[in-house]
Formats: sequence, C-alpha cells, structure tokens
Amino acid sequence: MLKKRIIPVVLIKNGIVVQSIGFNKYLPVGKPEIAVDFLNQWGADEISVVDMDATRNGKIDFEALTRISQKCLVPITYGGGIQNTEAMVRAVQAGADKVMINSAILKEPKLITEGAKLLGEQCIVVSVDAKKDSDGVYKAYDHLARKVTAQKVLDTCLVAQESGAGEIFLNSVDHDGSKKGFDLKLAEEICSKLKIPITICGGANHPDDFAAALKIKNISGVAAANFFQYTEHSVTVLKSYLKKHTQADLRLDSYCTYNDTDFLKDGRLARKSDDRLKELLFEYHKKEVI
Amino acid sequence: MICIIDYGMGNVKSVQNAILKLGGQAEISSDAHKINSAEGLILPGVGAFGVAMDNLKSRSLIEVLKEQVLTQKKPILGVCLGMQLFATHSTELGNHKGLDWIPGDVDLLDSNKGKLQIPHVGWNNVEFDSQAGLFEKLTSESHFYFDHSFHFKTDKKYVLATAKYGEDINAIVKKENIIGVQFHPEKSQGSGLKLLRGFLNYVEKENHTRRSH
Repeated sequence: MLKKRIIPVVLIKNGIVVQSIGFNKYLPVGKPEIAVDFLNQWGADEISVVDMDATRNGKIDFEALTRISQKCLVPITYGGGIQNTEAMVRAVQAGADKVMINSAILKEPKLITEGAKLLGEQCIVVSVDAKKDSDGVYKAYDHLARKVTAQKVLDTCLVAQESGAGEIFLNSVDHDGSKKGFDLKLAEEICSKLKIPITICGGANHPDDFAAALKIKNISGVAAANFFQYTEHSVTVLKSYLKKHTQADLRLDSYCTYNDTDFLKDGRLARKSDDRLKELLFEYHKKEVI
Repeated sequence: MICIIDYGMGNVKSVQNAILKLGGQAEISSDAHKINSAEGLILPGVGAFGVAMDNLKSRSLIEVLKEQVLTQKKPILGVCLGMQLFATHSTELGNHKGLDWIPGDVDLLDSNKGKLQIPHVGWNNVEFDSQAGLFEKLTSESHFYFDHSFHFKTDKKYVLATAKYGEDINAIVKKENIIGVQFHPEKSQGSGLKLLRGFLNYVEKENHTRRSH
C-alpha cells in the first residue's frame, strides 16, 4: 500500500537554512547539509530544498546541492532559479531527484514539456502559489512580482498537468507562516480535479494540522518548513503522534520511534512515565548493522 | 569494484553515495575497460525509455554490456528505468525495443479509470514471493521509494517481489545474474541499503565462484 508522504522543506537564504517569518524576516538555522542529514535520519519521506535567492540572483549553487545530497538517503526535490532544461539537468547531476519549477514561469509551460521529455515526467514538480482574491477565488500568485495573477489556481494546475508535470506542490500564500493550519479547502478543490499527485504546504503549526490534511482524498504529501526546524527528531515525533491519534497511512520504519511516549496538548512530547524511564535504564539498543 | 553505468540518464551520484556508505567501492563510468574489469554492474536511470536506449546505443554500450551480462554472467542491478530497459519492448512515448534480457513489456500503469494518480510516487511496501537468498534482511514491512508511470510486466517466474498500487507492480525481478528493481534503493533509507547490501554480497559470492573456476 502506498503511504502518504511527510515532506520537510528546507529554505535557503544566503547559503544557510532559515526560518521565514512572513517572507520578510528570517531566522538563521544552520548549514543546509546538516539540516538535510538530520531530517533524513529522522524519517522524512522526502526533502524539498528551496533556494530563495537563486531566481533573483540568476544563479544556482550546484556545489551546495551536491554537498546537501551526499548524505541524503531520501529523495530530494530542488527548487529555485530553474529557468531552463540545462539547469534541470545540472540540478539532477548534482544530486537532485526532482526539480521544482515555480508557476511564475508558467507563461512558458513548454519548459515543463521539455523537461519531462528529457528527465521523465516524474522528475518535474510544479510549485503553484495560491492566494484567495477578494471574491474568494483561488488565484495563482506571482511571487516574483509579488502580486496575484488573473489565472485561477485550478487552471494553472491543469496546464501544468497537461504539459507533463509529474507532481504539483501547492503552496497557500495566505496560510504560509500563519500557523493557522493548512488551507484544506484549497487542497480539496485541487486534489479532486487532478490526476497527478498533490502536496500541500503552508500554515502547519500542530500535528493535528497534518492529521486534517492527510484525510483529504487523493492527497499525496503534506509539507512544511518552519514546523520541522528547532525541534529535535521533529519528523519522528510528528509521525509517532499521527500513528497514535489517526489512521493515516504513513511509513514508520525509522530506527528511532516515540511509540512509548504520550503527547501534550500542543503536540509536543510529554515526559515519559517514571516506570518507563526506569525500564529504559536497563534497555540496551544495539546499533543496526546493515 | 562496482561500475555504475553512466549513460546520461538521471541522478547516478546518489547510487554511488549509497554504495560508498555501505563500505563498497563504486565508480561512475561509460568506459568499456572499466565495465569489463568491474565485479558487478549497476544500470541506474531516470527518464524516458527511448532516450535511454538511444544513449546506450550512441555510447556503444549495448554490445559491451551484452558480453558482460549474457556471456560472462556478471551480476547486474537495474534500477527503475534501468530495470525496465531489460524488457523486450516499451510503449513509453512511442514504441521502443529494449535490451530483451528478461522477456516482458513496459506499459503505462493502470489508473483504474482515473481513481489512482499516476505517477506512482512515494513509499510503498513490497511483498516477497522469494528472497532468492539475497534479500533475507528485508520483509513485507520494508518500504521503498517508488517514482514511475510505467511498469515492467513479465512472467511470474522472474518476479521476486511485488508492490500494491491498484494492480500488483513487479518491484523486484531476477533472471539468473540479472536483477532489476522498480524502486530507488539509493533513496530508500535503511531498506534500500539492505537491498544494496544483498546485491553487494551476491556480487562478491559470484566473483568468488568465477575466480575459483
């Protein structure tokens, strides 16, 4: 049975991982290769690496991508500054498994088709930024021009699908960084109309937000950036919580688990019981040898 | 030494990274001498079938590989598209002839009238029919990362493991020294490493047998 994917997004600015607050303030986290190595060990199903400067600077740091992918044993999607097929191929050669193209370049959907022909459809992820307009209709948002376009998000997604995109990465601009949970209505609308896998992103704050998004029919992945930073074992803890509280189909074969731990109301780990802690004193966990 | 065949298709470095992580030795090359002297081969691949076959041809790799795999019986592991290339024929973007090392066809996945999304992307567990003495460390709880729209249909006798996505998808196939996996072991964390360990052990064993003859 195919499992739903939990996808941490690693945002890079000036070569370091950052936590973004409302797209205008950034908190430094650390080196990307270290962040990715940890997320990989904590059981992330996939990791998206997005360089926020690449498009503006017109330059992709392929060396950094090579360093990042070296220790990563889960798929990496690279986004940022991909403007032509040459950049796609170079990103894949540097260690990316998929490339993310932002819908801002959807004026040229040909790029998707050409990329798919060269690298296969499964390699091309189209990232679509959605923003509700004053009439409550989801429109594609141009993050370069920082304005809402006239095109409906659904139409953008359909064009991407027809052009040969393998997946859609759906980001809610309204929910991004808001901590108010995922935009479930947006995800439901798009998931019900598309034939390719959809990942939703933007607004995660509590494990229950993931639980709600994972219930959407046909959703393939749930992604978040800030949620996974600054917390030890963030992915493992989230998956253990979802296993305990939901029926979601997830991959739970990371070496470390929190199956013996309860959770606080805010989704954080509770202290283990005294009895369990006493037992742990005498448990010996051998390192797995492959 | 494992030779990872470089024919311009996809992310080959991650395959090498995984082998190195296991303490193995692997180099990425399309050089006939390196292929001939390697103890085992890996045919990776992401992309379209037709382009992949054209690339193998234009780099004059088909004859070299045929000699090593079919005559010398050198162990080879095909990954994803690399596995599909072992087939007789593919319908991906037109009609293409494959290497025809394991009889079978590569066809589009059945979306079950639009109920299933294609590509089949994400982590899926596999059910083993046989571990062929290679993959004992893996169970039906082992998850692997799949990402494909086409799949390899072949006789059951060549199938070691299947994954469920609507229909049964052949996840691991084996015919003599030719092994193919539809998923990406290099991107499947511990389970993937265990599979590659199985292949490395097989290469070592085969090599030992060949030397002592």
